[in-house]
Amino acid sequence: MTVVQIKDLTKRFGETTALQGIDLEIEPGEFVSLIGPSGCGKSTLLRIIGDLIEPTSGSSTVNGKPARQARIDRDYGIVFQDAVLYDWRTVAKNIALPLELARWDRRRRAAKVREMVDLVELTGFENHYPWQLSGGMQQRVSIARALSFDPALLLMDEPFGALDEMTRERMNMELLRIWEASGSTVVFVTHSISEAAFLSTRVVVMSPRPGRISGVISIDLPQPRTATTREEPHFFELVTEVREALHLGHDMERTPA
Amino acid sequence: MSAIALERPRARAVAVRRAVARASLFLFVLAGLWGLWEGYRWLWMREHWSWPFLVDDTSMPHLHKIFEALWAHARPGDVGPRLITILVKAAAFTAKEAAVGFALGAVLGFALGVVLAHFRVLQRGFLPWVVASQTVPILVVAPMVVVWLNPKLPTRFQDWGAVAVIAAYLTFFPVTINTIRGLQSADRRALELMRSYAAGNWRILWKLRVPAALPYIFAALKVSATASVVGAIIGELPSSIQDGLGGQIINYSQYYTTQPTGLWATNVIAAALGISFFLVVLIAERIVVRRAPENVA
Repeated sequence: MTVVQIKDLTKRFGETTALQGIDLEIEPGEFVSLIGPSGCGKSTLLRIIGDLIEPTSGSSTVNGKPARQARIDRDYGIVFQDAVLYDWRTVAKNIALPLELARWDRRRRAAKVREMVDLVELTGFENHYPWQLSGGMQQRVSIARALSFDPALLLMDEPFGALDEMTRERMNMELLRIWEASGSTVVFVTHSISEAAFLSTRVVVMSPRPGRISGVISIDLPQPRTATTREEPHFFELVTEVREALHLGHDMERTPA
Repeated sequence: MSAIALERPRARAVAVRRAVARASLFLFVLAGLWGLWEGYRWLWMREHWSWPFLVDDTSMPHLHKIFEALWAHARPGDVGPRLITILVKAAAFTAKEAAVGFALGAVLGFALGVVLAHFRVLQRGFLPWVVASQTVPILVVAPMVVVWLNPKLPTRFQDWGAVAVIAAYLTFFPVTINTIRGLQSADRRALELMRSYAAGNWRILWKLRVPAALPYIFAALKVSATASVVGAIIGELPSSIQDGLGGQIINYSQYYTTQPTGLWATNVIAAALGISFFLVVLIAERIVVRRAPENVA
């Protein structure tokens, strides 16, 4: 069954049209990146999928359910650019937060937290507080928290945007490993072309004013991707293709680059 | 982990050194203040300056005389209990009133803050009156509270119960204001996160808003802790309670011209009580509030 289905979706903020005529379908197991310049509405689209804001018109469903019902059923986990960890909770307690809210009992919670800590390779840091961790480690806690209740869908809003290039590339590898291990579907907002090309099975290129989808590029690089994937000629071809699609979107609008 | 284990003995040494540094700073400042008092006294008496007031043994007794008075017998002729025994007993009585008042005010202040933070209409309607309640001098409110409450109180709470309510009146206000501010300080993203987990308002309150508000609430509790002691002392005056520090203050202010050290000694004990209330809140904060070191107020 289609995980995300968006039909003829429009979002206006007052006079501004943030999104117009968006149609998008995402199948199970896909890793879809939304890429585009600031103001193209990629984060807005992600928030509409998660029912954090409502569309002006059109529909968005997750697992065949209206976005609101999917949110209430906890069908997705979300990761923001900032880790948004609770300062007063340890790593383990932060990961357990959604499980507490879903009323899991203590023993089940502890087992799941251990599993998630292993998954994001933070063993030994369970009792650390967020401010005792590096930015990359904080973001790994945030990912573990989002995946702790086994959501079908993982929404990520520029999760590595605040990290340095080295950490970002390492986190990309980790994310792919986690994606494979968890088998979830990922919608990933980014403004890094190479990150989008490296991670995704499909890249959705968006352009601003009004925010719309200006191109969709299938990334047919073999799985699993490795550090050498970034050095393959085909990877560069795809990066170029995404870049050109981005510029095309810009040119249609005739804004200076 | 091993790196952290290795660091532990060194961390302890650092903690000890810091504690020693703090203690010596405290003693240094204390000695400085002592010197200032005695120096001022000496200079004004030598020059016979009368501005802003004439300095003599009555207006500014020697500090050591004040502490001597604490150890001396309260009544002339070396009979009866020492002054410090009387004052500590009085302080314990006042402490009971202040502690009950503080607890009452903190709980009510917090509850009021939660309600006002959740309902904007109520906040707009009631907050001005909450503020107004604090502009009424406590000396006006205190006798009324005693007159209204005392007849209704069970014998166990007679008199001091009314004083506790007066202390609570001074306590709740900072707690309410800071609770409102603190509950609204929760990060926007953290709220979105709670929404994504389909958490209801009640759970958002307890899992996110209240923990986020704790540093604010503790800042208010520190103010309230000392205010509750002042409130209890002032509350004792119109209810003519003799057992507390308020009674002792009235008593020794009547004897000020002949025995000024008595009132000063009472002041010292009252200050010590206020400081110990403050310290209790400070320690509670250290235990309860877990924050990045740079975010601790």
